[in-house]
Amino acid sequence: MSVFPKGDFYTRHFQPSGKEETLVVNMGPQHPSTHGVLRIIVELDGEYILRCEPVLGYVHRMHEKMGENRSWVQYWPNTGRVDYLHALAWNWAYAGAVEKLAGIEVPERAEYIRVITCELNRVSSHLLWWGAYLLDLGAFTPIMYAFDDREEIMDMLQMPTGSRLTYCYYRFGGVSADLSDEFLKRLSRFIPYLRSRLPMYRDLVTENVILRKRVEDVGHIDEDMCRRYGCTGPVVRGAGVAYDVRKAEPYSVYDRFDFRIPTYPEADAFARYMVRMDEIEESLKIIEQAIATIPDGPYLSKSAPKPKWSAPKGEACFAVEGARGKITYYVASDGGRTPYRVKLRSPSYCNLSCFAEAAKGVILADAVSILGSLDLVIPEIDR
Amino acid sequence: MGVIKEFAEALKGLKSLIVGLGITGKEFAKPGVTVHYPRKVVADKDLVTYRGHIELVGSKNDPAMPPCITCLMCQSVCPSGCIKIIKHPPPKKDPAADKNAPPEAYASGLEPKTKAAPPAKEKPVKTPKGFILDYNYCSLCGLCVQSCPVDSLRFSTEFYIADPSKKAFVYDLMARLKAQAGTATAKEKE
Amino acid sequence: MNISNWTAPDPFVTTPDMLIRLVVGLLALAAFVGANATILVYVERKVAGFIQRRPGPFEVGPQGILQTIADAAKLIGKQLVTPRGSDGFLFWLAPIVGFLPVFVMFLPIPWGESTYVVQSDVGVLLILAFAGFGVLSLCLAGWASASKWGLIGAARAVAQSVGYEIPLLLAVLAVCFSHGSMDLMAIVKEQGGWPWQWNVATQPLAFFIYFVCALAETNRAPFDLPEAESELTAGFHTEYSGMGFGLFFLAEYANMIVVCSMATALFLGGFQGPAAPGPWWFLLKVYGLLLVMMWMRWTYPRVRFDQLLNLNWKWLLPLATLNLLATAVALKL
Repeated sequence: MSVFPKGDFYTRHFQPSGKEETLVVNMGPQHPSTHGVLRIIVELDGEYILRCEPVLGYVHRMHEKMGENRSWVQYWPNTGRVDYLHALAWNWAYAGAVEKLAGIEVPERAEYIRVITCELNRVSSHLLWWGAYLLDLGAFTPIMYAFDDREEIMDMLQMPTGSRLTYCYYRFGGVSADLSDEFLKRLSRFIPYLRSRLPMYRDLVTENVILRKRVEDVGHIDEDMCRRYGCTGPVVRGAGVAYDVRKAEPYSVYDRFDFRIPTYPEADAFARYMVRMDEIEESLKIIEQAIATIPDGPYLSKSAPKPKWSAPKGEACFAVEGARGKITYYVASDGGRTPYRVKLRSPSYCNLSCFAEAAKGVILADAVSILGSLDLVIPEIDR
Repeated sequence: MGVIKEFAEALKGLKSLIVGLGITGKEFAKPGVTVHYPRKVVADKDLVTYRGHIELVGSKNDPAMPPCITCLMCQSVCPSGCIKIIKHPPPKKDPAADKNAPPEAYASGLEPKTKAAPPAKEKPVKTPKGFILDYNYCSLCGLCVQSCPVDSLRFSTEFYIADPSKKAFVYDLMARLKAQAGTATAKEKE
Repeated sequence: MNISNWTAPDPFVTTPDMLIRLVVGLLALAAFVGANATILVYVERKVAGFIQRRPGPFEVGPQGILQTIADAAKLIGKQLVTPRGSDGFLFWLAPIVGFLPVFVMFLPIPWGESTYVVQSDVGVLLILAFAGFGVLSLCLAGWASASKWGLIGAARAVAQSVGYEIPLLLAVLAVCFSHGSMDLMAIVKEQGGWPWQWNVATQPLAFFIYFVCALAETNRAPFDLPEAESELTAGFHTEYSGMGFGLFFLAEYANMIVVCSMATALFLGGFQGPAAPGPWWFLLKVYGLLLVMMWMRWTYPRVRFDQLLNLNWKWLLPLATLNLLATAVALKL
């Protein structure tokens, strides 16, 4: 026995079952299918997973603590970096929470701009997930097609936001820049284009028999399990529960748009896959309606806070529907220069927590499939 | 019957595989979408809204001098603390009274706000002496641009920047503005 | 001169002609395999690029044709790392075992009417026998590298190769039955120049089974389970650096050429063509098959391990057996 026991804290505390014929392996932190620095300790019996345990914290950046020591306005860039794929939803959640706390009015045009950009961002997030999931399943080409389309979205979002990934676009009481006519024109051209691409996606991948066999009947996460772990977003909709914050507790102007919440009762990876593919279409529908009815007016409220503004005493909580599920910001203020407390509820964290149970007893390849179907963004888990 | 069903499903699966091959085959024949970067660059019109690092805007009268009033709003709002404005030292009043605070102390631009303001006989210079941006820490949030009361800041469209040294990304924006104004006037002359 | 008669009383007595032919042939094959693998890697990357709407290798040389050479130089220049706890001898033996038999497998392939190295009565058998070496190399590589991912990859490789060899053999046998010979040259010569005179017209099912099994035998996507990147990081060659990995890579492409050459000889009429029969027809057909293999790789997701085995034992094996039986019955009648 050497002075230093083998392995780190997690491997030492992950008690192997004592059987000679099992392998304990580390999936990650550098593993091609964990998309970042997620680490999963897996105990394998042959190809079967006996137990697994996700280990978190490799990209912990203290977003909550950072909120406590910088002023309200200065916290903006952090919101875009929690979930870099659907940054605008996190922008929105923070904006919503502080607006609720301080009672800031948001002009109607700003609300529409938020809906359009956030839904566009959701589409791009789902497209990236689609490609990355197929990469996990061993198909290399779809991600390139998805990136081709996503590139167009990023180009478009660059016009108002100025950046391509970690957006910092929303402000208290509106957004930081107006949508140009060129953007709206380009967007209305893009929607039919993406719609015309979707059948190609379906034929290439969704209908493919190999993919079907890889995702159908794999990774059952049913309603009960979702309830126990607090899963939201496409995971819970894939379990047949029509829970979507946009409908359940409508915020902003979402109640004016006509859209469907896609649900699939099968509760397997394919159901989650289909929910996301349908959501792309629903998001396009929302954007189309929003473009048609977007009113004129200011994009930033006249009473929008100045840089050195502090929120009044109190607390507020605001939830939005992100691409991965329910995003919640909780902010508490003691009237000081900085927030007293910022709490982030990230959907990926809850969605991941059910992985250990869902992956019990499946084949290693299926575990990869389940992990991909949860659509995890590791920085969001660790925050 | 089970066997026939199995066979039918297998044939359906095979058909889906062939459909997939057809799609990739079609894409094979289409031209590529890659932009060959060093030979082709992003068109300038696509960069209009791009957020590069911030830069100063020349004022109407003097393109080499920004309308900045050194209110330090951008410096205090920056989440990463990467802006540093150097003020002109306040005009000297009495050399004897000034002993306690040598001019260097003001150079940092941080303290002098609350110090007793100099008697307003001479008008203090409001324009900044230096405007340093440490781009290494900038997260391009745009809060400084938005908070500027005199619209003295904007985003540049500069993004072809790479350097092995960190020091290369500490920009003196005043010098940059002067250089820009210089080239602009040179162009006008041509 | 009958140099092909390996059933002569003493097979070790070879005429100088035979010896010269062997040496020259082996040298030519070494050059051919090396050059072809380099070209194939380039072609593969270009095909992948075009399918994915990007240019593929582009910067090194015009249209990037020197890319593979640059890569090879890089691989050769790299440090060879032997992981701690591994069996050093077996670890470095594995890539060599994987690569060497490939030369032997090229020997009996009839490139043209007079372009061949050896003509053997049991050419098919020779290729199939040496093809079995491949799995040994994967097994050794996974086992000796003392890596858990490598071990899982090796276990997968063994189960897959052993399983898929059987329907492959049965499919090949059906052709050999119908020609009454295991001599590739004889089989090629009995086929005509036009596609309907090829064996693929009479044995479509055998061709299909052969092709699927060939994909699995060469560990090509969608059956690249032993190296399944997103599951096992890199499977059996996880721990290999530099040319150790390079040899596996080379062997994969050389194996691809072998299986496609065999498919060409057995099913596609070999060097026979509608006009001007010769080695060019052979190469054309081989490259056509290789392109299809690449096309498939860049289209499909990877199958799961149990599905892979199910496909083999529940579909390909019974189908191949039935096909063989049907062939036998048809021949008897």
